[in-house]
Amino acid sequence: MFQEVASPYTDHAELNINLERLKELVVMAIKVHGLPFSIATQRVLVTLAEKELDYEFVYIDLATGQQKTEDFVKLHPFGQVPVLEDGDLTLFESRAISQYIAHRYADKGTPLIAPDPKKMAILSVWTEVESQRFDPQAYKLAYELVIKPILGRTTDEAIVTQHEGKLAEVLDVYEARLTQSKYLGGDSFTLADLHHLPVINYLMSSKIKALFDARPHVSAWCADILTRPAWQKVAALMKH
Amino acid sequence: MVVKVYGPEYASSKRVIVTLIEKEIEFEVVDVDAFKGENKSLDYLKLQPFGLLPAIQDGDYTLFESRAIIRYYAEKYKSRGTELFGKCYLLFPFHQQWLEVEAHNFNPPLNTLVIHTIFSSKLGITPDQKVIQENEVKLGKVLDIYEERLSTNKYLAGDFFSLADLSHLQLGHYLLNGAGKEYMIRDRKHVSAWWDVISNRPSWKKVLQLFPYLN
Repeated sequence: MFQEVASPYTDHAELNINLERLKELVVMAIKVHGLPFSIATQRVLVTLAEKELDYEFVYIDLATGQQKTEDFVKLHPFGQVPVLEDGDLTLFESRAISQYIAHRYADKGTPLIAPDPKKMAILSVWTEVESQRFDPQAYKLAYELVIKPILGRTTDEAIVTQHEGKLAEVLDVYEARLTQSKYLGGDSFTLADLHHLPVINYLMSSKIKALFDARPHVSAWCADILTRPAWQKVAALMKH
Repeated sequence: MVVKVYGPEYASSKRVIVTLIEKEIEFEVVDVDAFKGENKSLDYLKLQPFGLLPAIQDGDYTLFESRAIIRYYAEKYKSRGTELFGKCYLLFPFHQQWLEVEAHNFNPPLNTLVIHTIFSSKLGITPDQKVIQENEVKLGKVLDIYEERLSTNKYLAGDFFSLADLSHLQLGHYLLNGAGKEYMIRDRKHVSAWWDVISNRPSWKKVLQLFPYLN
């Protein structure tokens, strides 16, 4: 009756275990608002998958304009998806979200950033390249050639022609880079590669695949990153 | 070792230069005349494979993409000069969020406007009124959101000046100087006040003095 019982409040070992449980519960406080088909949403989901983080997914129905409702605009003033909630933090812009996750959860799952500032800056150069050089061309092509048909709309061939040549030029630079470096940001897979996944995945089901296939290092890099288990998990969400 | 900045006369390069001044980092410049094709020389392409401006050289180390460059120096010299991230920036990275907004929402329509209103003859294109109007509307919607944001926050990321605000100066300058679109800033009370605060910083005034816009 009077035997000693380990108390979570006085027993140090027990307290450590409870803190671990607390951390787990806090991690489950990650919420993503978005749409599985959305390129920007996928960018965040694949980051979470690479970091092996659990999250709650809140489906935002773009077809009914849910992203423009007053409630949602409180989360994202531009009325776009995705939005990340993590405890007290609400964040938008997929590339700001992915970088936050990569830094905040640096010790979980795949390392997606570099601890050395100079290596991090090189990685940062190539995340900017994806954002400023690759995406403006590739996104429009994915939208015209893959997304519009899914939505039952007609491809604008003039836009395709306008951007196809420009994307080819960008991929020439990628080919040169990937001849020197296994991944865009350096020796290992990082955000610099990851940010490309959703758009490249869409483009692989279009005639633009030929642009990637024609460049051996780019082609090998695509095959590598698209077969990563974390990406496969996210791509599978689209099948539902 | 002094940081070398290539192409100081171009807008994106000024994003880097104003950051270096804020961080009290010594630098020198190398002129690159893009209209003469100097950015496509083999030597320059080794620094910046897309042939765009700026690039920087810091000893053996080279970087390009202005937003990557400013993040590197702001982090490297965190404790020198102006703090450009805000406290707890790893947990609350609003400067990064609004830097992305600048890159994806503010910059594209403004860039198109600037090309059609200021640089059309230099680039050999006919100014397209429909394109100008479309992009003015797009940018207007973005600035409406900025107006809302800045009505409750002194700066974009919060109560502190950050890389996010700084990043708007270079192209934003044209709205009031050459594009004839002052109203887009001045008709929005909080955007206007914010613009005056950030553009009157000594660092930006120094940039305008050392490397005046050519138009």
